[in-house]
Amino acid sequence: MSLRRIFAMMRKEVIQIWRDPLSLLVIFAMPIVQLIIYGYGVNLDIKHIPLCVYDRDATQTSQDLLKHFQATDYFSIVHVGGSYRDIVQRIDRGACTVAVVVPPQFSEDLQAHGQAPVQALLDASDSNTASIGMGYALSIVQAYSQGVQIEWQQRNGMPPATPNVTFQPRTWFNEDLESMANIVPGVVAMVMAVVGAFLTSLTIAREWERGTMEQLIATPVRKLEIQIGKLIPYFVIGMMDTALCAGAAVWWFGVPFRGSWSVLFACSALFLIVVLSLGYLFSVTAKTQLAASQFALLTTLLPTFLLSGFIFPIDQMPVFVQWITRILPARYYVSILRNIFLKGTPVRILAENILALGIIAVLLIIRATRAFQKRLE
Amino acid sequence: MNFLSAMRRIGHMVNKEFIQTLRAPQMRWLLFGPPIIQMLVFGYAATLDVRNVTMSVLDFDNTQESRELVAHFSASRYFHLNSYASRPAELRYGLDRGDILAALEIDSGFAQRLRDGQGATVQVVMDCSNSNTALVALGYINQIGANFSHDYQFDQMQRTAPEKVSSLPQVDLEVRPWFNEGLESQWYFVPGVIGNVMLILVMMLTAFAVVREREIGTLEQIMVTPIRRWEFILGKTIPFFLVGCFDATLIALVGTFWFGVPFRGKVGVLAVGLVAFILAALGLGLFLSTVSKNQQQAMIASFFFTMPMITLSGFGTPIASMPPLLQKVSYANPLLHIMVILRSVYLKGSGFDVVWPEIAALVGIAVFLLTISVLRFHKSLE
Repeated sequence: MSLRRIFAMMRKEVIQIWRDPLSLLVIFAMPIVQLIIYGYGVNLDIKHIPLCVYDRDATQTSQDLLKHFQATDYFSIVHVGGSYRDIVQRIDRGACTVAVVVPPQFSEDLQAHGQAPVQALLDASDSNTASIGMGYALSIVQAYSQGVQIEWQQRNGMPPATPNVTFQPRTWFNEDLESMANIVPGVVAMVMAVVGAFLTSLTIAREWERGTMEQLIATPVRKLEIQIGKLIPYFVIGMMDTALCAGAAVWWFGVPFRGSWSVLFACSALFLIVVLSLGYLFSVTAKTQLAASQFALLTTLLPTFLLSGFIFPIDQMPVFVQWITRILPARYYVSILRNIFLKGTPVRILAENILALGIIAVLLIIRATRAFQKRLE
Repeated sequence: MNFLSAMRRIGHMVNKEFIQTLRAPQMRWLLFGPPIIQMLVFGYAATLDVRNVTMSVLDFDNTQESRELVAHFSASRYFHLNSYASRPAELRYGLDRGDILAALEIDSGFAQRLRDGQGATVQVVMDCSNSNTALVALGYINQIGANFSHDYQFDQMQRTAPEKVSSLPQVDLEVRPWFNEGLESQWYFVPGVIGNVMLILVMMLTAFAVVREREIGTLEQIMVTPIRRWEFILGKTIPFFLVGCFDATLIALVGTFWFGVPFRGKVGVLAVGLVAFILAALGLGLFLSTVSKNQQQAMIASFFFTMPMITLSGFGTPIASMPPLLQKVSYANPLLHIMVILRSVYLKGSGFDVVWPEIAALVGIAVFLLTISVLRFHKSLE
């Protein structure tokens, strides 16, 4: 192993990256575009659900109930319906997600029989928005119902029952319940997975495809020197991108940072080694840039997006899918990132995740090193 | 005669393209692997449902009332009571480690305050690092609290004034979730996967197919043959159109027969929408091929387009929650329109009367993109 040869290899790779405007685009523009798209575009805070109301009773009481819907910012009333047909059509068109229908004789029923139903029609084709909207609507009607009961008890000379049990929620780790605080640390993992695996997946395959591999083979450089020399520039780039994304998360998006920066960078370095080895492995085995980059994208981007807990919580997945997520490096890294950013978790508690990443890293390095043969077939 | 020979030339082109695409095992895998993987992943893994939230209880009161409250939680399918703590530090540790997402702390004197009619407060600590889960779970907690209060009040009234219980007024909300009665997220995601898969297949592969010819140098060979420009473009795109249709059918069948997603609309409406969408995707693919010199550039360029397109399509997260500026930008996204068409035709059974604005938007985008890329393609040959 010669440091001089490794350095020469590195220099060649850096020059190649620097001259290729598209590589530069991936390195510097991609993280920023991803941060903006995910940071602003992926928002699960569901507010201002479009609501239609159809008041068939049209009394003081029914208007009172509907005012409760008006008062929250969970719903915004987009239309006051004139007929049942009108309401149905609006739901069909997707003009409103929820429609509240107050039946005729609502106030009479409430006074005479004590029981009065109100109907809520939901466009449940988007099941998440629908179930959250359903929760909001239920609690609004519940609050209204409680108000009616207290009034009734006062009128009948009974002791006014104060609401018996109230919960005092303490929202730890993300006090304002911002989905951005949850999403943006995950974006760091996305950017690194893409930049790391994607760029390296092209390095060796490019040499094979353009025929320059033969020239490399003719030089005295050893295969381990090629590997190290090729990967170090991408490692440095990856760390720069991590710093860029983490910095933007804290100072631009205002995500709290409660852990230690050194732990963050140490874990990021470990994750980078994993994705770089993965990209390198594909590059060596696929030999065409198209196939290598496709494999790299499929194995890093899609799982990082879907199975790492970035958006969809892992504990809600079926058990066999949860088992599959255990072999994904991104799962451990996303969990580490979120813990460091939001919880400020000490290393002791992160140990399991770090260990898992370490094992994956060692296995991949061994596999990637073995896969590359510096000879023509 | 002219037309016939044009058809024949296109036929040769299609044939060549099929041979080239299907010869490499990696390409064969790329055509059919990702759609099936996406399908299974989205069918099984992509769920924002909140169930079995892990919870720990610290009950300092330890009375019948406090146990009754805890029972309300353990009876609900939304919460999973996995431990009873004896010290506050245990709750803290469980939350830090992520073993539990919620911690319930009942102070001593809880039952006494209830009996005195003073109203009691219970502390709930939530791990809100995932804000969506936390928000939904907090909603459930409030509902459980309201139910408990209601039951308790009802109990007391029955003891003190049984004759008045029946006339206690109450407003109930009857909820009717239309189109997706069981609120299944699979029903929402699976039709959307068709849009994603078609976009990636048609756009990426079109871009690559053209760029590859240019990179290898075979584009010049083709240009000296009598084939015309539009015949070349058609011949290049028809194979991916067919593969796209095949994959879409595959997904639709798996979605219907494996995941049980209903198809309530008319196939004709969906077909018109999909064709308009494919034209837009083709236009985008051709456009990308005119701006990139080699496959690597095409890859990066198509990646640059697909990521934001999928994120801003309403596929995973609702458009309505995005900032207004991004919402406006996303109207130029063909994927957004096909998502609406797919979901309305699948789940709502909508016809042309409802989805025509989306189809019109798709056609507009397709015409715009195809015009630009055919004009640019002309230049890029020289």
